[in-house]
Amino acid sequence: MPRITMTIDGEEVGGEVDNRTTILDALRERFGVTSPKKGCDHGQCGACTVLLDGRRHLTCLSLAVAHDGAVITTASGLAEGDELHPMQQSFVDHDGLQCGYCTPGQVCSAIGMLAEVAEGHPSHVSADLDGDVDLTDDEIRERMSGNLCRCGAYVNIVTAIREASR
Amino acid sequence: MRPFDYERPGTLDEAVSLVAFDPDASYIAGGSNLVDHLKLGVATPTRLVDVRGLPLADIEETADGLRIGANVRNSDLAAHPAVRSQYAVLSRALLSGASAQIRHQATAAGNLLQRTRCVYFADATTPCNKREPGSGCSAIGGYDRYNAVLGTSESCVATHPSDMAVALAVLDASVEVLGADGVRTIPLADLHRLPGDSPEHDTSLVHGELITAVTVPALPDGAVSTYYKARDRASYAFALVSVAAVVAGDEVRVAWGGVAHQPWRATRLEAALHGGPLDEDPIRAACADELADAVTSEGNSYKLAMITGATAMVLTGLAGGPR
Ligand SMILES: Cc1cc2nc3c(=O)[nH]c(=O)nc-3n(C[C@H](O)[C@H](O)[C@H](O)COP(=O)(O)OP(=O)(O)OC[C@H]3O[C@@H](n4cnc5c(N)ncnc54)[C@H](O)[C@@H]3O)c2cc1C
Ligand code: SF4
Ligand code: FES
Ligand code: FES
Repeated sequence: MPRITMTIDGEEVGGEVDNRTTILDALRERFGVTSPKKGCDHGQCGACTVLLDGRRHLTCLSLAVAHDGAVITTASGLAEGDELHPMQQSFVDHDGLQCGYCTPGQVCSAIGMLAEVAEGHPSHVSADLDGDVDLTDDEIRERMSGNLCRCGAYVNIVTAIREASR
Repeated sequence: MRPFDYERPGTLDEAVSLVAFDPDASYIAGGSNLVDHLKLGVATPTRLVDVRGLPLADIEETADGLRIGANVRNSDLAAHPAVRSQYAVLSRALLSGASAQIRHQATAAGNLLQRTRCVYFADATTPCNKREPGSGCSAIGGYDRYNAVLGTSESCVATHPSDMAVALAVLDASVEVLGADGVRTIPLADLHRLPGDSPEHDTSLVHGELITAVTVPALPDGAVSTYYKARDRASYAFALVSVAAVVAGDEVRVAWGGVAHQPWRATRLEAALHGGPLDEDPIRAACADELADAVTSEGNSYKLAMITGATAMVLTGLAGGPR
């Protein structure tokens, strides 16, 4: 079995993985990092979203062996000591969760999304492809559409992200 | 998932020989389609050859247009300044596909070669000629809402799922390919096949051929273009039907998604509308002509009206709106 190393939430970890292991299974089953959740396991729900080499990325459709050396930040690596990341704090302040199952993926996705907005990337609902991005609620909804919430906490998730983006 | 060997070749030639001479080998790029199929038992390669490390990730503006490396990610391509300003149809098609996470993972070549979303193809317990030649087609007479209406055969009625491919079809793009016998260029129109009696072959590529780049010729001065996608929910769903269109002076170019086994370039419609007014009535008449050979079943007959309405909306919008 191939040996891989990854930097996960600031810590370098390593181990042997079967070629078939996804990053999600490696994180959860091998490296003990359980904040990325397994929802659908087929790329459809976003629960397994992490920041991979700086971008939001699904871990259920990625092979661990193909990402040897990757730098991964999961929701549990976002806080500075006892201080929550502003996005996490905003989710708490605005009740952006109910059961919390989708929340780690939502939070990672929201942070990645704001970085894309800062770079001026348009979205499907942007009227003008060349213009500046005005982060309206419609833009937030579209840009977060890869993260599904079974509890339906969407209204508060949009509020939490809007407030955190200010 | 079946066990497989995993290789990360250092050069293009090495990659090609690893796959070309092994019938059970497959390339992998972002993995967002292939890993799903490994899990479902739809794909059973015994060797994966990872091309992500190969130097195929540049977008170059050339004298003739754009050259997009096979590994360019869908998100980077959609956001590229030249694509946004000159090829709106391509940017919009990409932005309408999948989710932001998946667009970061998806590559240009992988997107073109993603396989059909036919529900029976993905369900290894059902007969499917594309997955298992000769086993039959469960979609004919089965759940038919997503089935193709043009270019179908008795063997397969699946649609091609890529949005980007529909935009590239209307842009007259080509793919550059490296095989064991060298390099060749394939016009996008010839890349994806109609099913005929061998739906197991999605494309005209020979086993082992590696897509290295997509080339897109520049559009004529003053051309305007866009992409419209109709789907079951506002975002993050595949197209029921989609329309890619370019209007440049007298020239009208249209390609349809969600209706066929390949991006459907509506050449009859284009000829009928050339130089004429882009008004509702002639557009609808041209759509009827283009759809004259359509074959529908109860569940998918809505696609004819939907593609007609979408085409009229897109073309009248391009004709009237800012060019
Ligand atoms: C939930 C979900 C929703 C989606 N929605 C949409 C949508 O709305 N619209 C849309 O267009 N797509 C959609 N997709 C599909 C997604 O865009 C594709 O999975 C992606 O583009 C595939 O790219 P990849 O690099 O991950 O390919 P991979 O999975 O790595 O490969 C796909 C195929 O391409 C082959 N391949 C890869 N690179 C090369 C190369 N250079 N040369 C030769 N062969 C190669 C592989 O062997 C494999 O057969 C969706 C996917 C998911 C999971
Ligand atoms: S339509 Fe094609 S892909 Fe779908 S079940 Fe029939 S043969 Fe298979
Ligand atoms: S578990 Fe990865 S997208 Fe659902
Ligand atoms: S809070 Fe329960 S799934 Fe989103």
